[in-house]
Amino acid sequence: MSDLLYSEEEEALRAAVRDLLTDHCDAAGVIARIESDAPHDLSLWKSLADDMGLAGLLVPEDRGGQGATHREAAVVLEELGRAVAPVPYLTSAVVATEALLACAEPGDLLAGLASGRRIGALAVGLHTAPGAAFPTVRLEDGALYGELTGIADAAVAGVLLVPADDGGLYAVEADAVTVTAQPSLDLTRPLARIVLDGAPGRRLGDTEPAVRRALRAGAGLLASEQLGLAEWSLTETVRYLKDRKQFNRPVGGFQALKHRLARLWLDVVNLRAAARGAADALSTGEDAEVTVTVAQAYAAPVAVRAAEEALQLHGGIGMTWEHPVHLCLKRAKADSIAYGTAGAHREVLAELVDLRAP
Amino acid sequence: MTDAAELRRRTQELLAAHPPADTGRADFLRARFDAGLAWVHFPEGLGGLGAPRSLQAVVDAELQTAGAPDNDPRRIGIGLGMAAPTILQYGTEEQKRRFLRPLWTGEEVWCQLFSEPGAGSDLAALGTRAVREDSGDWVVDGQKVWTSSAHLARWAILIARTDPEVPKHRGITYFVCDMTDPGVEVRPLRQITGEAEFNEVFLTGVRIPDAHRLGEVGDGWRVAQTTLNNERVAIGGMRLPREGGMIGPVSKTWRERPGLRTHDLHQRLLKLWVEAEVARLAGERLRQQLVAGQPGPEGAGMKLGFARLNQEISGLEVELRGEEGLLYDDWTMRRPELVDFTGRDAGYRYLRSKGNSIEGGTSEVLLNIVAERVLGLPAEPRTDKDVAWKDLAR
Repeated sequence: MSDLLYSEEEEALRAAVRDLLTDHCDAAGVIARIESDAPHDLSLWKSLADDMGLAGLLVPEDRGGQGATHREAAVVLEELGRAVAPVPYLTSAVVATEALLACAEPGDLLAGLASGRRIGALAVGLHTAPGAAFPTVRLEDGALYGELTGIADAAVAGVLLVPADDGGLYAVEADAVTVTAQPSLDLTRPLARIVLDGAPGRRLGDTEPAVRRALRAGAGLLASEQLGLAEWSLTETVRYLKDRKQFNRPVGGFQALKHRLARLWLDVVNLRAAARGAADALSTGEDAEVTVTVAQAYAAPVAVRAAEEALQLHGGIGMTWEHPVHLCLKRAKADSIAYGTAGAHREVLAELVDLRAP
Repeated sequence: MTDAAELRRRTQELLAAHPPADTGRADFLRARFDAGLAWVHFPEGLGGLGAPRSLQAVVDAELQTAGAPDNDPRRIGIGLGMAAPTILQYGTEEQKRRFLRPLWTGEEVWCQLFSEPGAGSDLAALGTRAVREDSGDWVVDGQKVWTSSAHLARWAILIARTDPEVPKHRGITYFVCDMTDPGVEVRPLRQITGEAEFNEVFLTGVRIPDAHRLGEVGDGWRVAQTTLNNERVAIGGMRLPREGGMIGPVSKTWRERPGLRTHDLHQRLLKLWVEAEVARLAGERLRQQLVAGQPGPEGAGMKLGFARLNQEISGLEVELRGEEGLLYDDWTMRRPELVDFTGRDAGYRYLRSKGNSIEGGTSEVLLNIVAERVLGLPAEPRTDKDVAWKDLAR
């Protein structure tokens, strides 16, 4: 049976990341940043990746990484989720990195991503579930042609991992393509359109196993980000409702609201078990397919509901641009589509556990 | 210090002196109790050796290998899980010596006389009266309800009102009640499932010697907390395999009978399957926390989740069975000794699981507990706090 707890080292890691985010990623700063020309916080990224060495957690030490596991990366994502931090951790340090780990010839890219000095993006739409079909670009005379949309964090990626129609995955430098920001629901993880018009690429390996592995890890660890979102929503709402007074008493004393928050707490307790299960299964490889699928079929509705409850229970203030609850809501809603919806994961599960459709 | 090796040695000694093959069940169990191997964390002389509770598993494994009889713990759960820890904590030496041995061997079955028709969620409002006579002994009158095993029980743990002039929590006293007293009348209470798992117990002029009082007069509410906290410990901590709960039978039916499948049921089944698996993981996580010595507040909510899931899953199963869902296996009025939540048909499971959100604390009360004790939200207004019990609205 998997280990569903946090080790002392994992708690220490959490504390370090939370300290950094408390000092350098406050909600007001994020809100100011998301409508600027540079929605991503690259100075925060440098602290996380370069100073703390967290971009290389999933990469073995002899390949330039930290040689840690998905369990530690999951803890980082919980904290990044709580802060709705606009950094390309999930997309570069998890998804692009996992794709490279599955490739025969990643070259020095893997070490580059592990150091955090390079940012990579897998050029597959964020909405794509593990195992689902995705578009490729055309390979012609050694150059790549085509258009790909919905690529998360591509705006800050220095290198794109592009699937081509020959079944290969290619490394393409970002300055060799046209990257255009797409107006995104979640402004803290913006999407972009990529146009390749004869861009040179270096073949890294086969697309299919690389993308499958990358998306599965992304889906599994996304549950930890969703846990962070749900936990922030609950904690912040409980704090506010103890403080907010109407009818001459704290609003949190009304039973209708207490019960809603207690139910949400139950769901967060469950989500923590599901997310830890997925992280542990990815690290050991044991029962990973079912555990990741279960976590993704469970996590999105909980994270979305937590953010929606937070907004409703904050009342009017929750509807304002100034209050951070909308950052959480937009991220949670976008996450409910990222790497496959809960419904898509349930369909996969039906096959995995032999509960087949009529 | 009693360690695992020492316990193994003592267990082998017991087996050598009382070979299970040639020893009657009751004799073996008594000998096991006297050897301190009944519940090793209890004190010496009371069935234990003062050893860590976790080492009980060592003894149980040795005895199981040797084919020794056990005390059929499911049949005497109230005695083991609720009465025994309370007697151990609050009983006199004489009470411990008199009650614990036959309780553990199962020679004397125990039941619990707590809930009343007028005191459910608000248990402290109970109205069963115990009046003290000049002799110092007590006479009890009142009605209790939801008492499992009352028709089999030799003894009951009982809480009764001894002082109606003070606020409700302060005027309660805790007793051991003799179920063979002529003033005790037990009537089966038939449930919506058709059977009578529980009883109503009418107490009319029941005499209880003062020597059968547990704890101080007026301190019964505090004593009862020991009983109720141990109930919660007994409910948690089970380890289940995947599909180990109510989701198992409905998944099996789905696989074996493709003709019953519809798209709507498929979506609902998959959602519930995921929720059941996640609840199982949450239970496993709670267990791991307890083993690691880091008990969290998560246990407070486990029952809430399981109650809702059991109800939804069994409801889906009745629907899945279509025409057969219109049938019911057996409405015969019975008084089962053991409750088997998954042993009967879907219809039974559907009806029985309705009780899961009521028994052992209603879901609504448990939500209050989570909101107040875990989340720290303001408590419900307590209009009865400083009111004498006799002046409460009823």
